[in-house]
Amino acid sequence: MLESVTSLDVEERQRLEPHDALETKMEVVGLDAWYSTKQALVDVNLNVRSNKVTAIIGPSGCGKSTLIRCLNRMHELVPGSRVTGSVLLDGKNIYGSDLDAVDVRRRVGMVFQKPNPFPNMSIADNVTAGLKLAGVKDESSMKEVERRTLERVGLWDEVKDDLKRSGASLSGGQQQRLCIARALAIEPEVLLMDEPCSALDPTATAKIEQLITSLKQTYTVVIVTHNMQQAARIADYTAFMYLGKLIEYDETTTLFENPRQELTERYITGKFG
Amino acid sequence: MKRRRSGADTAFKSMTLIFASSAVVLSLIYFFELYYGSTLTLKSGISFVTGSTWDPNNQVFGVLPMLYGSLVTSAIALIIGVPISLGVAIFLSEISPQVLRSPISFVVEMLAAVPSVIYGLWGLFVLAPILRTNVYPILESRLGFLPIFQGTIYGVSVLTAGIVLAIMIIPMVASISRDALLAVPDSQREAAYALGATRSEVIRMSVLSYARSGVFASIFLGFGRAFGETMAVTMLIGNTPLISASLLSPGYSLAALVASEFTEATTQVYISALIEAGLVLLVVSFIANVVARLLIRRLIRSREAASYL
Ligand SMILES: Nc1ncnc2c1ncn2[C@@H]1O[C@H](COP(=O)(O)OP(=O)(O)OP(=O)(O)O)[C@@H](O)[C@H]1O
Ligand SMILES: [Mg+2]
Repeated sequence: MLESVTSLDVEERQRLEPHDALETKMEVVGLDAWYSTKQALVDVNLNVRSNKVTAIIGPSGCGKSTLIRCLNRMHELVPGSRVTGSVLLDGKNIYGSDLDAVDVRRRVGMVFQKPNPFPNMSIADNVTAGLKLAGVKDESSMKEVERRTLERVGLWDEVKDDLKRSGASLSGGQQQRLCIARALAIEPEVLLMDEPCSALDPTATAKIEQLITSLKQTYTVVIVTHNMQQAARIADYTAFMYLGKLIEYDETTTLFENPRQELTERYITGKFG
Repeated sequence: MKRRRSGADTAFKSMTLIFASSAVVLSLIYFFELYYGSTLTLKSGISFVTGSTWDPNNQVFGVLPMLYGSLVTSAIALIIGVPISLGVAIFLSEISPQVLRSPISFVVEMLAAVPSVIYGLWGLFVLAPILRTNVYPILESRLGFLPIFQGTIYGVSVLTAGIVLAIMIIPMVASISRDALLAVPDSQREAAYALGATRSEVIRMSVLSYARSGVFASIFLGFGRAFGETMAVTMLIGNTPLISASLLSPGYSLAALVASEFTEATTQVYISALIEAGLVLLVVSFIANVVARLLIRRLIRSREAASYL
């Protein structure tokens, strides 16, 4: 696998990547992904920078969700799916033999498009669900994590008096913040978010955007969005995808103001179709 | 336009209300039919349920042994049948490869449609002899220190009836709980996977927890079927009105009592006694259902705070 990294066309990689000396957290190399016979990703190469927010934009069906689901091995849960190529997390291939899917998913957390708290668990139990899976039993440290993560996502003041209530009893925006808290409670290194605001109203969206911006101090964030303004507001880097290919990847301002590819330009100016 | 639509709406609503209340009305009718049919013996009061002598010739009617037999056989059926059913349901919804799913589901649903007399025949001519010669002697020699595995082995017994009941309720409990598991949205499974859950943890933490009310409903229905099952139990329990600590002894059940003695009941009071046995069957299964629901609600609430599932 690693051989193919170096053998990649150098010019090609420079075109696809922002050239700076920032630390790389995840590196996608020659990634192809299939749903049974349908190829959804074609030779994707992407460098996810540490402690930055990277946005993935592109028209519906272009493979954004597929790409981020390949970053924590969720793609393989779809029956008949297949992945080739590699995704390096701190230089180690997550599809290689020294990492298993459970480790990968603990280190690379995920928040979904539709808030999906566990409805039969209390708010508190939702937050600590991942810790229990990891074998943490200590009650007092759980309490501590509950408080810390709920504060982190700005939910503590809203729910501190009914931590025993069902996670499903919250509003949509609160549920999504609860899901973010649940993902953060196990202290992942990377947080993947697949259109986390698409089911939310503008106020709730603003809260989550603010949260994402604050998260990058501690985490590396990859967010899929179909909202270009959102990408422009919160992302340091933006990748544009089209028909399963990564067309262009650059610093957000460059990509939006000075796209190198005509496709990108047409997409961001809304002349697509 | 608007008015017409809301008119149709009201009509639809009242129609569903009529259907829903017909269930209530029907159960009330059953109850009162049984109640009035058994006035002759109802007069003698609670001794009907607490008495353990059943002697129609001398007009002594006590159904405690039958009540005991019904409860114990149903309990055995649930203890054996529910774990197997859940295993089948979990396999079908979470583990089985796609190609096996519908053939196995088909077979399970076919089994649910097999008439109970067939289960009874099979139990009597196939299973009971095997249990008598190969299984019960081993139970007695290994676990004979337990009072439940002592005494003479006949083949027909409370345990035999319970085992066949377990087999009978498995198809129904399995297919209803499979449907409940299949109704769990994938987003719930993904939520657990994304936290680093293994497949079995996903099943426990998200799937079973999400589907639990459907799973419990399937267990209630399984209990109802086992408790009221008549034909197979009549053929397998031995129809002896005795309360014995041993599961290997013959026993009797309320439903078996009614079915097997109705043709012999020549006196009014005998008929009344059998109808009252039916009443006891109805009331006890109602009470058992309510109690189980309350227990589960309590159980869930206290666990909610502590842990999942
Ligand atoms: N479970 C699946 N089975 C088969 N094909 C799928 C499946 N999921 C996605 N696809 C296909 O893969 C391609 C990429 O899908 P993907 O969900 O990654 O798109 P997306 O960019 O996230 O779109 P959207 O913005 O609408 O969410 C699409 O053509 C889609 O039809
Ligand atoms: Mg998507």
